Amino acid sequence: MKRRQSTSVPCCRERFMELAFYIAGAVAVISTVLMLTRLNVVHALLYLIVSLLGVAVVFYALGAPFVAALEVIIYAGAIMVLFVFVVMMLNLGAPAAKMEKQWLKPGIWTGPVLLAAILIVEVVYFVRRGAPGMSSGAIDPKQVGMALFGPYLIGVELASMLLLAGLVGAYHLGYRKPEKVEIQHDADTHERRVAAGGDLVLAGTDQPARTP
Amino acid sequence: MLLAGILFSLGLTSLLVRRNLIFVLMSLEVMLNAAGLAFVVAGSRWHQADGQVVFLFILAMAAAEVCVGLALVLEIYRRCKSLDVDGLSEMRG
Amino acid sequence: MIRWLWLIPALPFASALVLMLFGSRFSRKAIAALGVGSIGLSALITILVAIDFFASPPAGGAYTQLLWTWISVAGFTPQIGFYLDALSLVMVLVVTFVGFLIHIYSAEFMIEDEGYSRFFAYMNLFVASMLTLLLANNLLLLYLGWEGVGLCSYLLIGFWYRDPANGRAARKAFIATRVGDTAMSVGLFLLFTQLGTLEIQDLMHRASEQWPSGSTYAVIAALLLLGGAVGKSAQLPLQVWLPDAMAGPTPTSALLHAATMVTAGVYLIARTHVLFSLAPTAQFTVAIVGASTMLLAGFSALTQYDIKRVLAYSTVSQIGYMFLALGVGAWQAAIFHFVTHACFKALLFLGAGVIINALDDEHSIFKMGGLREELPVAFWTFLIAGCSLAGLPLITAGFFSKDLIIWEAWSAQQGHPALWIAGMIGALLTSLYIFRVIFRVFFGPLGIPVTKRPGYAMTIPLLVLAFFSIVAGYLKVPLLGFLSSALPATIESHTGGLTEIGSEAVAALLFAIGLYFAYLFHLQKRSLADALMANPVARVLHEWWFADWGFDWIYDKAFVQPYIWAAQVNKTDFIDTFYTGVAWLTQLFYRGLSRTETGRVRWYAAAMAAGSVLFVAMVLFK
Repeated sequence: MKRRQSTSVPCCRERFMELAFYIAGAVAVISTVLMLTRLNVVHALLYLIVSLLGVAVVFYALGAPFVAALEVIIYAGAIMVLFVFVVMMLNLGAPAAKMEKQWLKPGIWTGPVLLAAILIVEVVYFVRRGAPGMSSGAIDPKQVGMALFGPYLIGVELASMLLLAGLVGAYHLGYRKPEKVEIQHDADTHERRVAAGGDLVLAGTDQPARTP
Repeated sequence: MLLAGILFSLGLTSLLVRRNLIFVLMSLEVMLNAAGLAFVVAGSRWHQADGQVVFLFILAMAAAEVCVGLALVLEIYRRCKSLDVDGLSEMRG
Repeated sequence: MIRWLWLIPALPFASALVLMLFGSRFSRKAIAALGVGSIGLSALITILVAIDFFASPPAGGAYTQLLWTWISVAGFTPQIGFYLDALSLVMVLVVTFVGFLIHIYSAEFMIEDEGYSRFFAYMNLFVASMLTLLLANNLLLLYLGWEGVGLCSYLLIGFWYRDPANGRAARKAFIATRVGDTAMSVGLFLLFTQLGTLEIQDLMHRASEQWPSGSTYAVIAALLLLGGAVGKSAQLPLQVWLPDAMAGPTPTSALLHAATMVTAGVYLIARTHVLFSLAPTAQFTVAIVGASTMLLAGFSALTQYDIKRVLAYSTVSQIGYMFLALGVGAWQAAIFHFVTHACFKALLFLGAGVIINALDDEHSIFKMGGLREELPVAFWTFLIAGCSLAGLPLITAGFFSKDLIIWEAWSAQQGHPALWIAGMIGALLTSLYIFRVIFRVFFGPLGIPVTKRPGYAMTIPLLVLAFFSIVAGYLKVPLLGFLSSALPATIESHTGGLTEIGSEAVAALLFAIGLYFAYLFHLQKRSLADALMANPVARVLHEWWFADWGFDWIYDKAFVQPYIWAAQVNKTDFIDTFYTGVAWLTQLFYRGLSRTETGRVRWYAAAMAAGSVLFVAMVLFK
């Protein structure tokens, strides 16, 4: 990465940024590698969080403080926490760890590593050809906000709809019906079953369900 | 950029290797993160806010995906009592 | 009346069609009436046409009736046309008349058979094809009739199709004649490409104008036509099918394989005699073929025990005589012999049919005996025919015709003493084998008792034919004179040392010698015959001649076995593998691709990753 022509005195800030970049990058990579090879899910999750934090620092070093903050708050903060919740709910424990050991035989790694290596080679080639420069200017959150409300307004709306869809989907998938009344084989079975079906409001109460 | 590439490859590798569903989702997150990193780098190169905007979208998408994905994981666990990805091969040829 | 010429082949053809389509619905009487009646009507019209022909002979000695143009393409316009001259008139008369008699005979002979209408349909179709062949004015129409008779021969030999041996015999006949037909068609191609027409008279003119005597084209064309004639007339080397063709019903053997179809080759050569005159080599080959076949068949006939097979070899031998006559340029003599041969050979076959029928389908002469008193009509007619065949002097027709040929073999311009000697030996053999049959079958102690006696329908034709076997000989001079308008007279060159009477005397002597030996071996002291068989040399000769001089064996080893082997090798039809190979390849791909549908997410993800890596590489390193 070429250094941009700035003042003759090497800027402390820039060098610091560079150093921060490299260190954070290394941390991110190492912790990702560690994450991949863990047997325990929770351990892996924690390593992932570390990796994300490292990437956040990288963002900051690249001059995108808004995104760095976003990464920490949303990605590492919300999404990973969600992961942790679910893992805890699943309560996997020791048998799962043993199974993981069984599954992760060394031979398995060869194919994907090969594939990834080719990909990295291509990326390197691409990067070398592109010759990007390391810019030092930070981009304000204000700028980002202007962009969001300006040309990318539609994207924002769509993103919000996407989130709504995700919400509804998750709710529906996670929905569990309450215990059914025993089905009796007579004429009013249909109403019975319908009645025994999901009536959220009165589920859990001891009042009979209202017929819809 | 190189970092993004490396992270992406690592995510891809782990996606292909691990059989536990949760790990698969996690590696997916890693890949998304790497892609976002690439975008931000590009935006920062050209001194535009666009990269970060795109990263925001990616983030939103990742959140939605995690939601639904984890709900599915719960459902699968309820049905198959295991989180083996290879066991979910009912749509076989 | 001569304009009714076209009815002669048309009537049997129409009746054949009707019988084929509706025959199963008619009663036996109706079928017989239709089948026999059509031939009878045809014969009647032939006689009327003949009267008209004699009374007012058409210009140039020939009458042509063109019906329509068959094909018209690029200057090649063969027509459906009938050409009537002395030669074809004689042959048509014989075919219709003898055919009529045989049809009457078969109306009773085949009465119990379930394929009654089928039989008459085939026989009528055969007569129609034969008449087309004889009356055709161009070689293509003649070839049509040629193929038609070949087809009917196949159908009729394999008439009792339920027995696979009959089917094999029919197949053998068809394939052998096919070989000849192919040679003939190549000859036709050659003639057409060189001379530009297939119309016979035109062809002969052009050939004599364009080709000098002995030119290669003429020789090759003549040899090819000879090939066709050899196939159809069962001469060397294609004579193997005729003995096996006896698997068909006896009237068929009488009509096709004695009197008419096998003489189609003789007719062909006589028709195209100009061509043969232009190619002396080919003509000599005809004579050689005739002479050798005559001897070969004669020896084989001497060893057979099936009465029909004896007669079959006898037919082959007699046609050898006709070929010999054609070969030395005695065209008229050949046709004369054809006329007489048709009479007595048909009679011999019909008589054999009576015997076989009477003895409940027994064919072996060694099991028969003493039928002289049991079947008197059959005996006397058979005797007359046999004498005619052997050439009993002066009172039988065969004497006149056969001796004429033998004499011409000596005296004609292209004759040769060796051919004369061959003819004489042939006469001796003829006498021997036919009297062997007569003495074995009719004389001596009674063999198998008679169970059925023939009715009128079977006896009257015998009597009529017997009459003609005697009388036809006296027609020699007028017949030859009549034929001279169509066929050139034989050029006699050297008589040196022998007169015609002398030749006939020698023939008569040989006849008597043959008669005596047959009498000796087969009637008086039959033990002599058994003693002869005990002799190892005689036994070997007997076996060899019995098996038709090994021709069947040769053909089997040389052609049949390799063909069957090749067919077995190709049983999986390797050319088909090109097509099945495509299918197999597709299935291979299918199986391979269906393995990629594992349903496993990781596998799909890997596939996607690999694909995208490849894609990126392609884009980057373009």
